[in-house]
Amino acid sequence: MTKTYPKASRPSLDNVSVSIEKGEFVFFIGPSGSGKSTIIKLLLHEVTPNKGRVVVNGKDVTSMRSWKRPHFRRSIGCVFQDFRLLPNRTAYENVAFALEVIGKTKAVARRVVPEVLELVGLGGKEHRYPHELSGGEQQRVAVARAFVNRPLILLADEPTGNLDPDTSIEIMRLLDRINRTGTTVVMVTHDSNIVNQMRRRVIEIESGRIVRDQARGVYG
Amino acid sequence: MRMKYVLSEVLVGLWRNVTMTIAMIITMAVSLFMLGGSGLLYQKVGDMKDLYYENVEVSIFLKTDATKEQVDALGQQLGQDPLVKDSTYVNKEQAYERFQQMYADAPDLVSAVKPDQLPESYRVKLNDPEQYKAIYDKYKATEGIDTIVDQSKLLDKVFGVLSGFQNGALAIATVMAIAALLLVANTIQVAAYSKRREVAVMKLVGASNWFIQAPFVLEAVVAGLFGSILGLLALIGVKVVAAGSSMAALEGLITPISWSEIFLTFPLMAAVGGVVSAVTAWVTLRFYLRV
Repeated sequence: MTKTYPKASRPSLDNVSVSIEKGEFVFFIGPSGSGKSTIIKLLLHEVTPNKGRVVVNGKDVTSMRSWKRPHFRRSIGCVFQDFRLLPNRTAYENVAFALEVIGKTKAVARRVVPEVLELVGLGGKEHRYPHELSGGEQQRVAVARAFVNRPLILLADEPTGNLDPDTSIEIMRLLDRINRTGTTVVMVTHDSNIVNQMRRRVIEIESGRIVRDQARGVYG
Repeated sequence: MRMKYVLSEVLVGLWRNVTMTIAMIITMAVSLFMLGGSGLLYQKVGDMKDLYYENVEVSIFLKTDATKEQVDALGQQLGQDPLVKDSTYVNKEQAYERFQQMYADAPDLVSAVKPDQLPESYRVKLNDPEQYKAIYDKYKATEGIDTIVDQSKLLDKVFGVLSGFQNGALAIATVMAIAALLLVANTIQVAAYSKRREVAVMKLVGASNWFIQAPFVLEAVVAGLFGSILGLLALIGVKVVAAGSSMAALEGLITPISWSEIFLTFPLMAAVGGVVSAVTAWVTLRFYLRV
């Protein structure tokens, strides 16, 4: 498919065709402006392609009505470089918020949230505020929030961009563990260390085109 | 839990920006007060028109030297005229009695006037009060007639003033409504900005659009309803003050506005206040949050 932003001189993604299987772990790599973040936006139905189709979880979302978007998003978890936590809520509340605003009861949150915080390794730190947590711990909260609803897909847009190498490795272990539960993980990054260590499928994009698609690849 | 969440968000939202909330409520109240007032006035003018035009008469005054024949001929002519519903002859004595009653508090004037000096007249009720001009044209040249006076001319002036008031109130209501709308839009923008992180997360995790919008829209609706309550209180205040002041003297002239009429304007004010605020908030959110 092709995606051209208004006013852009060339397509952000030019005739790109990718298929990712359920349960895969995929890296999108490439220089800034290559179009890899557009992939995330397309998958989230934040933008729609000018040509071609986007199919997520077996559903064609290309022509999806915007009012259906909220429900569609519930099957996708998202993690970003800047964490996007609510500063005035504790770790627990941040995760519970994501559940409650999609209609889950407080009782469900009380059961599920401690479990997922334990899973990401934040047991005992539930009641800390984001500013009382390290960058790595904040990102763990963000991962917990993305995963608490057991999405089919986890999208990660440079999740280690703000973290030091050791912390980055820990976050990657966490994403790997989540992947092992059957969740598809799509990660956009230009952290070569991590890509080289993980040895997963690597799709390299340059100027909106796929230049490499390699199973068990390295950063190159 | 969701309802509780939405309601607590509404209260927090109104309180966080309390000066803005108050400004919004006050402008809304003034606008709705003016709207309610002009609605009442409109109703009143309608009632009064019915009442007064029903009783309106055309007076045909005869010359003091009109002959008996001329008077009788005119009476017959009026009796057969299809435009005329009813006509009464008023002789000099009856005219004098009326004159005495009218100027009872000016005995000097009354004693200075003799029955002879007053003209005889016909009081004519028309089938259609608007047809005054036709009557005037028809009879103005008749022998023995001095002047033809139409009371509805005077009433037109009175109603002109009243509908002027009504239009003025509507104009103020409109201007204040525009100010209120802009305040609502601004308040909603500020509220949305202060909650931008929450909104971003909600959009990300797939909270439904109504759930994201509801607190903001309800915030505006609550302000609108408060505004309409204040507007109602202002109307009540005006009635209470008017009843106890010089306005009471006008009671005989202007049909009084009853309590039930005042309370019946409340649904109108509340509906306008609530719906207009809600729509404004919703449209603002469409542009501002793109949800």
